[in-house]
Amino acid sequence: MARDLSAFAWVLVVLQTAVFVAAAPLFAGWVKRIKCYLQNRRPPPYLQPYRDLRKLLTKEIVLARTASPVFRIAPYVVCGTAVLAAAAIPLLAVELPVSAMADAIVLVGLFALGRFFLALAGLDVGTAFGGMGSSREMMVASLAEPAMLMVVFTWSMVAASTNLSTVISHTLEMELAIRPSLLFALLALLLVGIAETGRIPVDNPATHLELTMIHEAMILEYTGRHLALMELAAQLKLMIYAVLVANLFVPWGIATTLTGGALAAAAAALTAKLAFLGAALAVGETAVAKMRVFRVATFLAVAFTLALVGMLSFVILEASR
Amino acid sequence: MSYLDLPLLEQAILTLAALTLASAFALLAQSRVVATIHVFAVQGFLLAAITVLVALDTGELHLYISAALTLGLKALFIPWLLVRLARQLHILRDWDTVIRPGITLLGAGALVIFCYSVVQPIEQYAAGTTRDAIALSLAVVMLSLLMLVTRRKAVTQVVAFMALENGMFFAAVTATQGMPLVVELGIAFDVLVAAVIFGVFFFHIRESIESLDVDQLNRLSEHEE
Repeated sequence: MARDLSAFAWVLVVLQTAVFVAAAPLFAGWVKRIKCYLQNRRPPPYLQPYRDLRKLLTKEIVLARTASPVFRIAPYVVCGTAVLAAAAIPLLAVELPVSAMADAIVLVGLFALGRFFLALAGLDVGTAFGGMGSSREMMVASLAEPAMLMVVFTWSMVAASTNLSTVISHTLEMELAIRPSLLFALLALLLVGIAETGRIPVDNPATHLELTMIHEAMILEYTGRHLALMELAAQLKLMIYAVLVANLFVPWGIATTLTGGALAAAAAALTAKLAFLGAALAVGETAVAKMRVFRVATFLAVAFTLALVGMLSFVILEASR
Repeated sequence: MSYLDLPLLEQAILTLAALTLASAFALLAQSRVVATIHVFAVQGFLLAAITVLVALDTGELHLYISAALTLGLKALFIPWLLVRLARQLHILRDWDTVIRPGITLLGAGALVIFCYSVVQPIEQYAAGTTRDAIALSLAVVMLSLLMLVTRRKAVTQVVAFMALENGMFFAAVTATQGMPLVVELGIAFDVLVAAVIFGVFFFHIRESIESLDVDQLNRLSEHEE
C-alpha cells in the first residue's frame, strides 16, 4: 500500500511539473491580455504564447560565427534550472516526494545558476548589446539576491524551516495572526520578483527596441528552438514568483491530502489567486513608468530594507516573548 | 507566552508600530519634497491609529483626545501647512539630495539593531503589551535624527524634526500609555507654533541667501572661494 501511495505521489509530481510548465505561457499571456484591456488595445488570444513557441520551435537556428558551445548549451541550462525549480516548489499539494528538495536556498541557487548561464550567453557572441545586458542583469541580481535571502530568513525564523513545503504546512496549521514580519516579507518579495522577472519598472518585457533593456539584450542573438527555450524559461520564472507569493503568503486552498477532490479544490484556488496576482501586476505595469537603470539600485535597496525591517520586527516584536 | 497568544487587537498595535518604523525608513529614502511631506502625513495617521488602538486596549480615555490631536495636527494640519509653504516657495516639485541612499539605509538598519539592544534592559520595567514597541519608537527618533543630518533642504529638515517629535510621542504611548494630558496639550501647541515659526523662517532664509539649501549657510564671506 505504502509503495502504491509513493508511486502515485511520484506520478503526481510529474503531473504537477507538467501542469506548471504548460500553464506558464498562459499566465504570461493573461498578464498581457489585462494590460491590453487597460491600454485600450485589442488583446491577443489566450493561445498566442503557445503559437509563438510552436512557431519558434519549427524555425531554423541561425548561429553567429563567433558563437562558442556555451552559447548553444545555455538555453538548455537556463530552461532546465527553471523547470527544476518549478518541479520543486509546491504548486497544488504539499508533502510530495520532491518537497525534500523544495528548499528556499536551493531555489535561490537554481535561479543563480540559470542567471549565470544567461549572462554568459549574452557575453558569448561579443555584441555590444549582449555585454551590456549581461552587466545590467548581474547588477540587478547582485542587489536582488540579498533581499531575496532576507525574505527567506524571515520565513525560516517564523516557521523554523527553510523548506517551502514545511513552511506552507506551518502557515496552514497556525491560527490567524497579524504578523508585521510577514507583511514586510511579502512587500520585499513582490519588489524582488518584479526586478528578477524583468517587469516594469525595472525592465520592459514587451520590447527589444530600447537602449535600457536588460533581459531582451541578452537573448537578442538567439533564434529558433533556442529562443523558444529562453522565452519559456522567462515565462516559467514569472510563474514561479507568482506561485511563491500565492502559496507562501495565502496558502489556504492547497491540498494537504492527495485525494482528487482536494487537488481539484487546490487547482481552483490557485487559478483564482494567480488570476488576481496577474491582474494586479498588469495594473501596476500600466500605472508605473520604467525607471532609469541607475535608479534600480535604490529600488532594490528599498526591497532589502523592507526585508530587513521584517526580520527585525520579528526579533523585536514577535520572538522576544 | 508566544506572539500567537496575544489578542488580535494587540497584534494590530504591534503591526502598526512596525509600519511606523517602515514609514521612518521611507522618509529617510524619499528625496522629493512633496513625497516627503506625504509620507510624514501617513506617519501621523499611523500614530493616531496606534493611539486609538492603545486607548481601546487599556481603556484610558485621555488617549482618545491625544489621538484626535495627533490626527488633526500631525496628519492633516502640519502637512497641509508645509505643502502650502512649499508651493509658495516654488519648491514643491524639487528634489533634495539624499546622500548615498544605499549606505544611509544600511546605517538606518544598524541603528534599529542598536536601539533594540539599548532598550532591552529597560523593557522589563515597562508594563503592558506595547513594551516591545519601545525599541521601535526609539528607532524612529534615531532615524529622524539621521534624516536631519543627511538632508540639505530646510523644508525636509523641518519634516525630519517633526518626525523626531512623532517618535517621542510614539515612545510615550507605547512605554507609559501616554503622557499626562496637560503635557500633551502643551507639546501639541509647541509643535503647532514651531511649524508656523519655521514657515516664517523659510522666507527669511530664502531672502538672505536666495535658496533653501542650508549648506550655503556655512559660508560666512560673500565672495565665492
